[in-house]
Amino acid sequence: MQIPIEYYLILSAFMFSVGVVGVLTRRNAIVVFMCVELMLNSANLTLITYSSYLGDTVGQLFVFFVMAVAAAEAAVGLAIIIAIFRNKLTINIDEINILKW
Amino acid sequence: MNFESLNTSLQFLKPEIAVSILLVVVVLFDLIFQNNKKALPVISITGLLVTGYFIIEQFTLNGYAFNLLTADAFGAFFKLIVALSAIFVILFSISSSEIIRCEDRQGEYYTLILGMVLGMFLISSATDLILIYLSIELLSLSSYILAGFVKTVERDSEASLKYVIYGGVASGVMLFGISIIYGLTGSTNLYTINSILQSAQLGGFTFIFAGFMVLSGIGFKISIAPFHFWTPDVYEGAPITITAFLSVASKAAGFALLVRFIKITFFDSMSESGYWILLNVIDWQSLLVLLSILTMTLGNFAALWQENLKRMLAYSSIAHAGYLLLAVAVLSNEGLIAVLVYFSIYLFMNLGAFFVVMLIANKIGSEDVDDYKGLGSSVSFLGVALAIFLLSLAGLPPTAGFIAKLYLFIALIDANMVTVAIIALLNTVVAYYYYVRVLKNLYLVRKEVEMEPVGVSFGNKIIILLLLIPVLVFGIYFTPIVNLAKSSIAFIGF
Repeated sequence: MQIPIEYYLILSAFMFSVGVVGVLTRRNAIVVFMCVELMLNSANLTLITYSSYLGDTVGQLFVFFVMAVAAAEAAVGLAIIIAIFRNKLTINIDEINILKW
Repeated sequence: MNFESLNTSLQFLKPEIAVSILLVVVVLFDLIFQNNKKALPVISITGLLVTGYFIIEQFTLNGYAFNLLTADAFGAFFKLIVALSAIFVILFSISSSEIIRCEDRQGEYYTLILGMVLGMFLISSATDLILIYLSIELLSLSSYILAGFVKTVERDSEASLKYVIYGGVASGVMLFGISIIYGLTGSTNLYTINSILQSAQLGGFTFIFAGFMVLSGIGFKISIAPFHFWTPDVYEGAPITITAFLSVASKAAGFALLVRFIKITFFDSMSESGYWILLNVIDWQSLLVLLSILTMTLGNFAALWQENLKRMLAYSSIAHAGYLLLAVAVLSNEGLIAVLVYFSIYLFMNLGAFFVVMLIANKIGSEDVDDYKGLGSSVSFLGVALAIFLLSLAGLPPTAGFIAKLYLFIALIDANMVTVAIIALLNTVVAYYYYVRVLKNLYLVRKEVEMEPVGVSFGNKIIILLLLIPVLVFGIYFTPIVNLAKSSIAFIGF
């Protein structure tokens, strides 16, 4: 039985929303990063879905690039979290607040 | 792909190839001659000058490379701005006390700056959504690290963390928008998407939504409201050289991308008087006018009560992004000329202001406006230079900033957007207040403690003069930049 394309799209839209809500509500910098990754992966799912629906390989190709970029971004992000942990001994983003207004 | 087409494509990529080679050379030099950090900026500047030669060659070119990039005068103009500001920023870095402190990591610093330059080169000529996403990420990842380069200082690492979180979200949203556009049109090439939009009545809500998502990613780079919230924090926390670079070069690349995205993807036809008639998918003009009024008002009013000069300049750069967006919103060739003129002047005055703030901060160890009280006599040369740069940013004649604003307002009034022009004019009046407040503190407030004169080294004097002379000369004799801008609006395909 073929699964209709809408199911994939709804799943990816749901994943994207979870990511956005997570970024806005969670206070731990690492969890915020995981939510950003979730947003990227939901875009990947959309790309793959359309790619197989349209019979076009460009979408799948794009996903490889996105995965590489997501890995690089995670590496940079974690390095920055380590740098801030050394300075402040916390990664709670509510307590990282010397720069405001 | 046969050998000949590969060869032509590579011909169009000379500046990008030159920067890539330079990047590798800097990394290798840093690895092999570990004790010779002094040579790194020299190598970088020499390489960028060679790149600049290739960019000037590109002004007469017209063609596609690999169906991903275009080589045209418009892209070359923005690449020239990026390369010039990179050269100035490297010159600033040599005497920046923040960067000198990180003696052992100089190699990484220059490599990452060149990584940003490469990303911005690709952004300003990309015509494919895949390349647009990748080059934005190349620029972003390098700048995340540079924003927190002085990693032992709390302020730097906080700026870096905020930048990477906001940036990650913005690029995630943009990528989701790109994936929807790909699904609706079946292509990632902007020209193909344009021809699909012209033939089929696509659209509806989904396409508009995806367009907004892509716009938010670009809007993040050029820091327009409501995607500006990272700008003040990152600009204040980052090393001042990087702040200067972000505020000029990264913004220029973002604007090049915005103009290219709108003009290629939604282009329908060109009216006789040079106005672009866009496809009836999204009402770009109202949207951009709304965003730009929001941006400049927010930037100018928030700048009024800033105590830190770097943060004030951050808000002022948000306001300038608003003016520039207004020039884009005219959606005509005249508006585009105004954007190019504005950028070529903004480059000198903004870099100059940041450089003087950096030199004063090197000496007095503070960027607070209150600490500038009565400094006027002890920083004689720097004070005068800062005054000229700030008055130019405010747009006072006879400085070049006036010419930049003049072209913007002429374009607005020719397009019958008088109400918007009046709002922008009122905004520039508000801006006078916070620029002049710095000068008041410098010259009209009495000294609290005696300061010994702050000297400027000969090299730094030359750098300031290199920035100061264009600001003054272009205010009176501006024909060359206007002619350059007029010849640079040629887009490939139109």
